[in-house]
Amino acid sequence: MSDSAIAAPRRRRLSVAGQAGIALVLAWAALAALGPYLAPYRAGDVVNVGVFAPMSAAHPFGTDYLGRDMLSRLLYGARYTVGVAMVATVLACMGGIALGILSAVRKGWTDSVLGRAADALISIPHLMFALVVVAAFGTSLPVLILMAAISYVPGSYRFSRALALDINAMDFIEVARARGERTAYVVWAEILPNMIVPLLTDFGLRFVFVVLLLSGLSFLGLGIQPPNADWGALVRENITGIYEAAPAVLVPAVAIAVLTISVTLLIDGFSGRSRTMVR
Amino acid sequence: MLMLGMIARRVLGGLLTLLIVSVIVFVGTNILPGDATEAILGQSVSPEAVAGLRKALGLDLPAHERYLRWLAGLLSGDPGVSLINRLPVAQLIGPRLANSLLLTALTAAVAVPLALLIGITTAIWRGSLYDRVANVTAVSLVAVPEFLLATVGVMLFAVQLHWVSALAKPSIGSFTEALQNFTLPVLTLCFAVTAQMARMTRAALLGVLDSSYIEMARLKGVRPARLVLRHALRNAAGPIVNAVALNLSSLLGGVIIVEVIFSYPGLAKLAVDAVETRDMPLVQACAMIFCATFMLLVLVADICSILSNPRLRAR
Repeated sequence: MSDSAIAAPRRRRLSVAGQAGIALVLAWAALAALGPYLAPYRAGDVVNVGVFAPMSAAHPFGTDYLGRDMLSRLLYGARYTVGVAMVATVLACMGGIALGILSAVRKGWTDSVLGRAADALISIPHLMFALVVVAAFGTSLPVLILMAAISYVPGSYRFSRALALDINAMDFIEVARARGERTAYVVWAEILPNMIVPLLTDFGLRFVFVVLLLSGLSFLGLGIQPPNADWGALVRENITGIYEAAPAVLVPAVAIAVLTISVTLLIDGFSGRSRTMVR
Repeated sequence: MLMLGMIARRVLGGLLTLLIVSVIVFVGTNILPGDATEAILGQSVSPEAVAGLRKALGLDLPAHERYLRWLAGLLSGDPGVSLINRLPVAQLIGPRLANSLLLTALTAAVAVPLALLIGITTAIWRGSLYDRVANVTAVSLVAVPEFLLATVGVMLFAVQLHWVSALAKPSIGSFTEALQNFTLPVLTLCFAVTAQMARMTRAALLGVLDSSYIEMARLKGVRPARLVLRHALRNAAGPIVNAVALNLSSLLGGVIIVEVIFSYPGLAKLAVDAVETRDMPLVQACAMIFCATFMLLVLVADICSILSNPRLRAR
């Protein structure tokens, strides 16, 4: 899409959203790291005999189905939602980038085999892949992280491979090879640095998908198990509060949405134009 | 001929991919040592009973033979017997699949026209306030989890206003009954799909709008709306149909969440229940149906973009 004529004013407009995105993402990262220290109560404490209490000064987000302080539950859950998704996304992208560059540089049968494997993995819908993995291996933190990582490697692989192929065909790569540089040097010093910016936006997008996948799985009761809870599990726990319009069921769902939307707007601001991709 | 060859290659590639997927699903669900006998008999039974059942279920065969048996069963419409209630998996899946297809068909019937309308109008008035608001809304909606939309919907329309039911039954006896049952699940599913589809429709149209024959028409003084509807739309049809098919495939994830929230007796709810009870034959069959549907939609998208490429239409 070459709408470069209007890209300039749009980029400036979106950078406002981008700045807001940066601020929000930093805030979420801080919350994930510091959550338990900021929480007014411990995660398991029953602080109020009233269940599904409405918002109040003592309990800004009300109480949950057992009468626990919702704000504290949310702060404790942040490290699962943000932290686990972050680890999984880092693993997925590292795997995808390494295999993608390998494919682009080696070509030949390495490329065909990897490409075919990626095609197969990518045609299992992510949530269905998650269900199969949980059915086979049960649910635990390592299984969840690995599952999410593997599920998103093929997407990252395809993206990195396309990028690396583009760069690999450029003149300065040929110059480097003519100088007699080894492949490892070319990859590390010439190809990788030129991939960084698009890879960062891809990382952000994939992080959003991983957050949605893991919280969706937790919402189904197949992700993080009690007594721990990520935000998806918090929605599930408190789902009966829906009939009393309790904040306990809405707040964690809104928290996820604010996290994912802020990251998405950040990417949108960074990349100037919005990427359109399905998964 | 060139076109037919390309399509044939895509179809073959799709079948090969599906075969690899079946290996992944089979190996993934069989990799752990404890097998179906344990699930059926429990752990404290005589070794003779276990051996007998293993023989009866064909579990004493080597892995590759079991895989071939399973694959043959899958292809002939008999993917085995449920470990939990001993009913044939095909019998469990049949009505559930129909219910899921009904839900997704209704969603597509709402989402596709809406997405085309938004995509086309934003392309006509590109850069306008409407376009920018629609874009930011779409970017945001794609990132919203389905269960937030669903819970807000239930709170507003089912609990507060009593307009619709909080549970969805797969019944469309009368128009009001259909509205009662399907409004919330269909709306929930629509949001993300419509947003993404509209964005891709707009992108496809803008791609065509940047070509020189459009520039020519513009210089001749054709109005923007006519430019898009008469001149650009026809050439963007291929990419747009491609976008529609690709985005419908993303429904397959959302439908899992939505069926569980609204206790809708569809295939996805069946799959989630099967995962909870570790009913492997059922999980495998559901997973394969989901993957096959996904492949089919991607294939349709591919074929549409091949068919719409005029360079290939020469003969």
